[in-house]
Amino acid sequence: MAGKAWRSAIQNLLRQWGFSFNDMEKTKAQELSQVVGVMMRESPQPRTFIRGMQTVTLIPGDGIGPEISSSVMKIFEASKAPIQWEERNVTAIQGPGGKWMIPPDAKESMDRNKIGLKGPLKTPIAAGHPSMNLLLRKTFDLYANVRPCVSIEGYKTPYTDVDLVTIRENTEGEYSGIEHVIVDGVVQSIKLITEQASQRIADYAFEYARNNQRASVTAVHKANIMRMSDGLFLRKCREAAEKHKDVKFTEMYLDTVCLNMVQDPTQFDVLVMPNLYGDILSDLCAGLIGGLGVTPSGNIGANGVAIFESVHGTAPDIAGKDMANPTALLLSAVMMLRHMGLHGHAKKIETACFDTIRDKKVLTKDLGGNSKCSEFTNAICQRVQDME
Amino acid sequence: MAAVFRRSLGAVVKDLYSLQWQQLASRPLSLSANVCGPEAAPARADATFKVTMVPGDGVGPELMTAVKEVFKAGDVPVEFEEFHLSEVQNMATEEKLDEVLNSMKTNRVAMKGKIHTPMEFKGELASFEMRLRRKLDLFANVVHVNSLPGYSTRHNNLDLVIIREQTEGEYSSLEHESVTGVIECLKIITRVKSRRIAKFAFDYATKKGRNKVTAVHKANIMKLGDGLFLQSCAEIAQLYPKIKYETIIIDNCCMQLVQNPYQFDVLVMPNLYGNIIDNLAAGLVGGAGVVPGESYSAEYAVFETGARHPFAQAVGRNIANPTAMLLSAANMLRHLSLEYHSQMVSDAVKRVIKQGKVRTRDLGGYSTTGDFVRAVVENLRHRSVY
Repeated sequence: MAGKAWRSAIQNLLRQWGFSFNDMEKTKAQELSQVVGVMMRESPQPRTFIRGMQTVTLIPGDGIGPEISSSVMKIFEASKAPIQWEERNVTAIQGPGGKWMIPPDAKESMDRNKIGLKGPLKTPIAAGHPSMNLLLRKTFDLYANVRPCVSIEGYKTPYTDVDLVTIRENTEGEYSGIEHVIVDGVVQSIKLITEQASQRIADYAFEYARNNQRASVTAVHKANIMRMSDGLFLRKCREAAEKHKDVKFTEMYLDTVCLNMVQDPTQFDVLVMPNLYGDILSDLCAGLIGGLGVTPSGNIGANGVAIFESVHGTAPDIAGKDMANPTALLLSAVMMLRHMGLHGHAKKIETACFDTIRDKKVLTKDLGGNSKCSEFTNAICQRVQDME
Repeated sequence: MAAVFRRSLGAVVKDLYSLQWQQLASRPLSLSANVCGPEAAPARADATFKVTMVPGDGVGPELMTAVKEVFKAGDVPVEFEEFHLSEVQNMATEEKLDEVLNSMKTNRVAMKGKIHTPMEFKGELASFEMRLRRKLDLFANVVHVNSLPGYSTRHNNLDLVIIREQTEGEYSSLEHESVTGVIECLKIITRVKSRRIAKFAFDYATKKGRNKVTAVHKANIMKLGDGLFLQSCAEIAQLYPKIKYETIIIDNCCMQLVQNPYQFDVLVMPNLYGNIIDNLAAGLVGGAGVVPGESYSAEYAVFETGARHPFAQAVGRNIANPTAMLLSAANMLRHLSLEYHSQMVSDAVKRVIKQGKVRTRDLGGYSTTGDFVRAVVENLRHRSVY
């Protein structure tokens, strides 16, 4: 039985026996589902009924967004994955009181479905409101950005056998946006590190490592220079390591990681770090496997919300010309399937995608071929159907 | 005829014994020395240059020994004044720091290893290395990233220069705990220092004949801080019309460096990004053991390795690669205008690496540091005859 079913069954049973928890129910439920998750290692984060259809909020985005989103929908249809899509638009609107926010129907859909897939969003320069990505992050408290970087066999880069995951704290750190001009010509930016956020991300990193059968977690920091702030982050990571003794924990300076990453990326497994280092390292790792056009990414939020996205830009110059490469969004969607526990479908679609790229017969322009997006999509659909 | 000569000779001799000379001859020597004229610097042909040396921690002492051996074998006219300053070994006090500073101020040129910073801090947030840098105002760190001929990596024929502002930025050591569990760390960017490093970068590019300077920043997020840095760079760029100026965001820069590093020439950036890109670029050509670097202030120059790590795991095992330190020593000799010796040392090192018979462990070989130094000394003797 799937997790939710277990959880509600146990809850009902306990309620029958007279244990009623009114306001404690939420925390207890989380603990229960954690226990259930530990018991059922094969489906790590059980959030859905495996039998029924799961609704997922789809945000196509701008530029090439709609094309690649429809590619992904077509491939999912071909593979008969139990996913129902709800399309929403997240262009910011000004709510009451002048505060910018995402449209309420998008928010409500996301809160209901808990899982989202997002295409590239355009950041307007002079629209007066902050970037949409920032809005989404604040609205759903997306505290962890997970980027698995795996070398793609058909797309050659100088680095082979890369297989690592970068987990980046997404809410605070250097990107707090607090800056002041002290006197003319002197600017101060504030980097904020809090105990709560560091603990949350450290716990998530170890949970992720455990759920995805990863051997070690490395904390990346610069505590020799920023002794108090990165020192706090490191302390929280060490405490989380104590609680998860089955995962190996190491710490490494940021410059050492950079030095070793470009020489031998196979020595790294899961990396956890604060915001700025995470931004740089995750893009570095994306460069190792071939760029942002083939890198999946996921944002995990509080209350079980998870939004998976493609991190490349909107590419307005090729929008509408059927030249886009849907690989990044497709791999993010595969990551989403894994998060939901649908490993079989995830494996099928991923294998089809990698096989198509390895074959090199139908590749889009950025991968070195000259096929159209629709041809690429059809090739993958064909493979998925053949695998049935 | 002879009589004429005798008379003129007499006149000359009389002149010689004129009043002025008699005055000079009768006074004590020290005073007459003053009267003779302004004192010229003793231009002796066998003048040795005095250079301060701070070996530092980890493999620093081993690398410095290598440098001294090579200098001795090559008859290089440099004399080292050693100071052992180390925070982790409890050999660091304020007096020692002052001693080192005085020596550096007198000699103006120094060679340094990495002074390791212990993780636990006892009151002072700034480490010794940072304080040294600030007191000497070593604002510019230049790292030369050149591919070594004969050692191929994933990217060959690289030739980059990375210039990093070293005194402000994220390394200001200004941190405080405003509320329990919330720590703020301040990053300071000033217009004066940004302009100074930008001017240094463009001057360096002009002097070395480089075509392009790229400023690395994160101004889309830190709009005021890195925005000020970018603005200063743009202002200075206008003074150098022959040099192309570009900007790039740090995460894109990292990605481009691993995919296509040939698009960069000279890179200039604030402190933290400099640390990251130094190490990244060092990894691209072969690691921390092959990249030399130097730090400049308006009056002093300090020569060290490019990627600064104490490499404590290698202490005593004789496996450290002295290439970076030797190439940096060659740069120091060039700075002292000892062009011949500089060429000799760097040629010897490059020849050893090209031959490939003696390689330390980080380059894939099995030789020890001692073997490598001996090979370099051997190659010193086989100098090309012009």
